[in-house]
Amino acid sequence: MGHRGQRSFRHGIHPPEHKDETKGLAIRQFPFAPVLVVPLSQHIGKPAVPVVREGQEVVRGQRIARADGFMSVSMHAPASGRVRRIGLVPGARGQMVPGIYIEPFPGSTQEVMEGRPCRVDEAEPAEILAAIQDAGIVGLGGAAFPTHVKLSVPEGKRIDTVVINGVECEPWLTTDHRVMLEQHDDIFMGLRYLLRLTGAERAIIGVEANKLDAVEHLRARLPGDLPVSVEVLAVKYPQGAEKMLITALLGREVPSGGLPLDVGVVVINVATTAEIGRLLPHGAGIQERVITITGPAIRDRGNYRIPIGTPLRFLLDTVGLRPDVSRVFLGGPMMGTAVASLDVPITKGTSGVTAFTVAETGPITSAPEYPCIRCGYCLDACPLFLNPAELGLLARNGAYERMAEERHLMDCFECGSCTYVCPAHIPLVQRFRVAKLAVRRIAADRKARGGEA
Amino acid sequence: MSGVTPGTDPSRADSRMEAAVVLEIGSSPHIHAGNRVDRIMFHVVLALLPTTAFAVYAFGLAGLLNLVVAVGSCLATEWVACRLAGRPSTLSDWSVVITGLLYGLTLPPGLALWMVAAGGIIAVGVGKAIFGGLGFNPFNPALVGRAVLQAAFPVAMTTWMDAMAPGRFTSVPGSTLTFPLAEPVYDVVSGATPLSAWKFDHTAADTMDLLAGFTTGSLGETSAVLILAGGVYLAVRRFMSWQIPVAILGTVALASGALHLLDPARYASPQFMLLSGGLMLGALFMATDMVGSPMTPRGQVIYGVFIGLLVVAIRTWGGMPEGVMYAILLGNAISPHIDRLVQPRVYGTGGRRGTP
Repeated sequence: MGHRGQRSFRHGIHPPEHKDETKGLAIRQFPFAPVLVVPLSQHIGKPAVPVVREGQEVVRGQRIARADGFMSVSMHAPASGRVRRIGLVPGARGQMVPGIYIEPFPGSTQEVMEGRPCRVDEAEPAEILAAIQDAGIVGLGGAAFPTHVKLSVPEGKRIDTVVINGVECEPWLTTDHRVMLEQHDDIFMGLRYLLRLTGAERAIIGVEANKLDAVEHLRARLPGDLPVSVEVLAVKYPQGAEKMLITALLGREVPSGGLPLDVGVVVINVATTAEIGRLLPHGAGIQERVITITGPAIRDRGNYRIPIGTPLRFLLDTVGLRPDVSRVFLGGPMMGTAVASLDVPITKGTSGVTAFTVAETGPITSAPEYPCIRCGYCLDACPLFLNPAELGLLARNGAYERMAEERHLMDCFECGSCTYVCPAHIPLVQRFRVAKLAVRRIAADRKARGGEA
Repeated sequence: MSGVTPGTDPSRADSRMEAAVVLEIGSSPHIHAGNRVDRIMFHVVLALLPTTAFAVYAFGLAGLLNLVVAVGSCLATEWVACRLAGRPSTLSDWSVVITGLLYGLTLPPGLALWMVAAGGIIAVGVGKAIFGGLGFNPFNPALVGRAVLQAAFPVAMTTWMDAMAPGRFTSVPGSTLTFPLAEPVYDVVSGATPLSAWKFDHTAADTMDLLAGFTTGSLGETSAVLILAGGVYLAVRRFMSWQIPVAILGTVALASGALHLLDPARYASPQFMLLSGGLMLGALFMATDMVGSPMTPRGQVIYGVFIGLLVVAIRTWGGMPEGVMYAILLGNAISPHIDRLVQPRVYGTGGRRGTP
């Protein structure tokens, strides 16, 4: 519901938060798995290119793959060990993807290898940008979009505000919450890089009202020379979505089909900011990240700093899985991906692992689907003011292009609020995913045929 | 599943867990708000119960029999329709119970039961099933049933019994038990409804009587207070859009108020217009049927204003004393067009825009 006076966006939903389960638990170091699985594409864009050979020994933090062009980032060894194989590794969505298997040395001290530091007070914006790409940094909130691409301001555009996303509206997850409580220095250091890089006048850290301890913690430690404020937002899903956060904090509306840049804003996740502040001064790369391991099917829930590439099987074995587990997803229950295999590894974009038992998923799988009764609940939920009910009917009839051309289908960022509230249990957002894919495919086909048409 | 054998490769031992675990997959979201169509419908039935109970209290056995036959004939028709369509029965979703109750509440007490049953079959069969059932009916099924009866049996549909008649719980009026297809014979016929009294004699009923429901009329045309209570319950629980009844009632009040100011002798007062006839039941329970009304709040207001204006126009200048039924049916007819024209303003497409 949100308290009166607290800022927010319009529409949205209030799913049960389930953050009390882990929000009070300090970040713990997760052990190294016997084999780490490092996909070469943990980001949106082109896969990285391996720069190591099979059998080669690597040091933790050493670059093992380089960025392939601008829309790509480097990969670093998550542990000191030996490259066992370069080949196909299991991906989160069931497909096999190129990757590197690394066997950590059991006796190693796992000292992190450092590179050329990037000093915030000396580096040019272009150097900071290159350092971010070299560090392999992508959006750690879940999107895994290369951060340096987001921060590259095109000619003629100007950023006045850097928004730091500490909303963490996804139920069950407390990763960003813990990072704000435990890594304030990293966050502020990261902010210095971001402000210098973008030339923005100010930064705002947006945090939802269910993390007031983090708000107080950060406010009490704000460096006097940083133009940054911490703002409290009403608790509402999907406030962590860039567009919603910008509207909630600044009252600006990102144009349809546009980017936050178009309204002078760039939004960076708080854990990503902390990672920039932690890695750049040492010239290091991402070899681990903070995740929340939670859900009713997990025995030892908590927040962990975990090596990239840890397979789910090892992870769940370590924290203990209840036998009545039914779904395991990377991320939280609103936007997370349910995995079909426990061989899938933790990647840079994994903000949590949530495991549900039959008790939680039963009501979802057993609910009968009714016809749309035009109740309009989905219209009240959609943060973009789309018309999911009508889009759902169009999708059922396969009118995908009409959905895109007349009803702004491609604006949908798949938050799932429509499906969450639908009393008829119509898989709305699921159909929109199919529709978006179809529209992209049609457009690609058309482009491929080119002059013929 | 035995434990991990000592000395084995940990990655081998791990595979034992997979043997015990069956993973279910599904596309997110993996949680749901928990509301369901049948639960919404059940709450509408709950909200109708006070009005229904009062109808039985006011009209006794005649009212009770009407409602039982109305609901029963609707349910039976739905069951047969599902069988014919080869679909699982949809009786459990409660929507047909609503149709039956609403249909029954629009009927005059004492109406021949065979007519009640015929209208119920038409309501669900013609009003709903042939369009594909729940979610696909363009018109409110209860009103379709009533409209057909109104056309087929104009006399029976405008012959009224007194509310609160003594002996209503001990005897059933002869008209109620008329042999199928025979002309009903009325033993006790009351005077006019408040609306026809106004229409033809220009006498207005007492406001307090209208509020409490001590006037003659259809079964559910009685207690405005109980209908409002049910409506408020639904609106508060968000099972009903408050915009529609507010727009209808507001429009009726404003339009009839303006006319009344012009010529109080010719045009009835707004409080009389609001509280008499089927307006309350129609505005709160029939025009708000989700299937037949627009989805956007703006569209709902347009729809409500349209219905409200029609109610005042038909009552004031039409040949009949009451026009709520036709107003809502016409509202249902334009609802898809309203939905096509009135779309929500999509985020980022004008209006509020940020400037760097």
